Amino acid sequence: MFKEKHFAFLDESSKKEIRRAVLKAVAIPGYQVPFASRELPIARGWGTGGLQITLSLIGEDDIVKVIDQGSDESVNAVSLRNLIQETTNVRSTIRTQEATLIQTRHRIPETPLKEGQILILQVPLPEPLRNVEPSEYKTKKLHGEGDYSGAWLKMFEDIMRYGQTATGADHPVCVDGRYVMAPSPIPRFDNPKLDNSPALLLFGAGREKKIYAVPPYTQVVSLAFDDYPFRRERFAGEKCRLTGLSDVYLDELTDETTGEIYYQINDSSYLLEHLNRETEMQTE
Amino acid sequence: MGYVAVQGGAEAIKEANLLAEYNNCRAGRAISVEDIRENLKKMVDSVMSESSLYSPELAALAIKQAQGDPAEAVFLLRAHRSTLPRLYFTTVTDTAHMRVERRISAAFKDIPGGQILGDSPDYRHRLLDYALCAQSPADAQDFARQYEANIREASERTSAEQSGNRGRLPKLVDFLRSQNLVSNPDLSDEPPHDITTEPLVFPSARSSRLQILTRGMTGAVTALGYAKIRGFGISHHPNIGELRVGSLPLHILSDLSGAQEEYYIGEIEATEAEIFMEAHCRGEEAENVLGIGLGYGLCFGRNETKAIAMGVLEHSMENPGPGDPTSDEEFVLLHVDAVESTGFVSHLKLPHYVTFRSKLDRIRNIRKEQSRV
Repeated sequence: MFKEKHFAFLDESSKKEIRRAVLKAVAIPGYQVPFASRELPIARGWGTGGLQITLSLIGEDDIVKVIDQGSDESVNAVSLRNLIQETTNVRSTIRTQEATLIQTRHRIPETPLKEGQILILQVPLPEPLRNVEPSEYKTKKLHGEGDYSGAWLKMFEDIMRYGQTATGADHPVCVDGRYVMAPSPIPRFDNPKLDNSPALLLFGAGREKKIYAVPPYTQVVSLAFDDYPFRRERFAGEKCRLTGLSDVYLDELTDETTGEIYYQINDSSYLLEHLNRETEMQTE
Repeated sequence: MGYVAVQGGAEAIKEANLLAEYNNCRAGRAISVEDIRENLKKMVDSVMSESSLYSPELAALAIKQAQGDPAEAVFLLRAHRSTLPRLYFTTVTDTAHMRVERRISAAFKDIPGGQILGDSPDYRHRLLDYALCAQSPADAQDFARQYEANIREASERTSAEQSGNRGRLPKLVDFLRSQNLVSNPDLSDEPPHDITTEPLVFPSARSSRLQILTRGMTGAVTALGYAKIRGFGISHHPNIGELRVGSLPLHILSDLSGAQEEYYIGEIEATEAEIFMEAHCRGEEAENVLGIGLGYGLCFGRNETKAIAMGVLEHSMENPGPGDPTSDEEFVLLHVDAVESTGFVSHLKLPHYVTFRSKLDRIRNIRKEQSRV
């Protein structure tokens, strides 16, 4: 009854089943494949979908990176990475280019991904039509019929009301000209990184029991109207206080002593690399 | 020397765990797993039921580890469950073979086999018993010994016939079926869905619905069942045809001996409820006659309110009514699970800095552009 932990926690037949769902997801880009999500030692809503994919795919030679809202050191990233390491003993890294598996919540790293890498995104709400249709049975039909008028109408209503679309993160995308997909709540800043990505992008929703995928080099278009084009978050005139960089996603922070607002690169490993490169150049 | 990642997260987690451990230990008390199993049986039962894992020992351990938080205990057991391979499936258990310890009907006074009140708190007055403050294990032993002696003495005075036929009892619903008051169900040999290994798709099969309800949160299943009979569904109230508590024998098929044979692997305690609801039946002549519809509830351990509410909800989803949220299978089935609902509600505690910043960006831009107009 009390034995050692199994490699990568889940029993082998569960892993096989999850891998099968992943294969189906890769074969039908953007389609949400239902799967019998397993309970994990971390809570539903805390990344169990991503974690089940990671645990099912991971092998002894993998190098894993876990980020939460852009940070490798956020408590939940640490907690997930610890669980993966405790049950597998694989090597972990914070360097994006070094990792074979990257599990992430709400961000795509700033360092461009390359072929052979797998990015696993944790998804809270996989259904892009849920805010217009509460029933799963009906949204499944809408996807089958390619009826996305609800999603378009939602954007149109936003424009009527606010003069522009009002999505924050999780702006819906169309994959390979067929399925409309929730990119998980990544900021709109990251949406273009989904398009034609050399890496395999997998999406896992544990509580909602869905897996979906964007295979490498697949066209991904953010939904927009011709006269109201898709727009990323704008950090006009804002620069990272530490690096001076501007074309990256910035955290908005307040200086405790002066009360002034300043900005800093959100992707913590990208920030560290940049700083280290600068110091190296200075010492040379 | 370069910049390195701050190890704040790992450090904070370690310290938080230590502090939790300290808070639990600082009074210098440690409840034993055995005490929990023996004295907190109702809690053990509801945790086993919600975890869909029948093991009083592991449930008691989970309750101890969760410091008595039932949802947390269920979470621990469900996670443990994910590490276990499925070796066998039990064969079909006919609940008519239940070794009955308690059995009541609210529909008929005299039922074949009789009513057995058994161990029930239903008619106990809920007054705080201050004597329990000073109860010692020796007091418990004394009471148990005395009670057993009384029972022995009483059974010596009465003949076997008078003491009743505790054990296998006929089912009331069979009697009603013989009178054509309850329609005979269409028998189905379709193997049940296993919601833990197959995805739930809508419209769902009845077997999936029953499984989700039986491992639903006791409170959630009760609340939704209550909503159904209070007014968001039917206006009349259902009757408990039969409510049973007892042990069910379980068997598996195996070829251990070379040939496929059934092996007895033990028994589980369960509560079974058959709820009578007003319904249309198939009559012998007319297509539609008024009759009795059946709602079915079954769960691990002693868990009577949940089993009853389960029967009400199960019937509600089988017979959906317009505008009735409790007959909307997605509304009921997707929200009663302990691990899912507590998990998602608690995930709100996670940082949402990136997504919130994205939302702020939208709000600021919209305001800026609107003020320009």
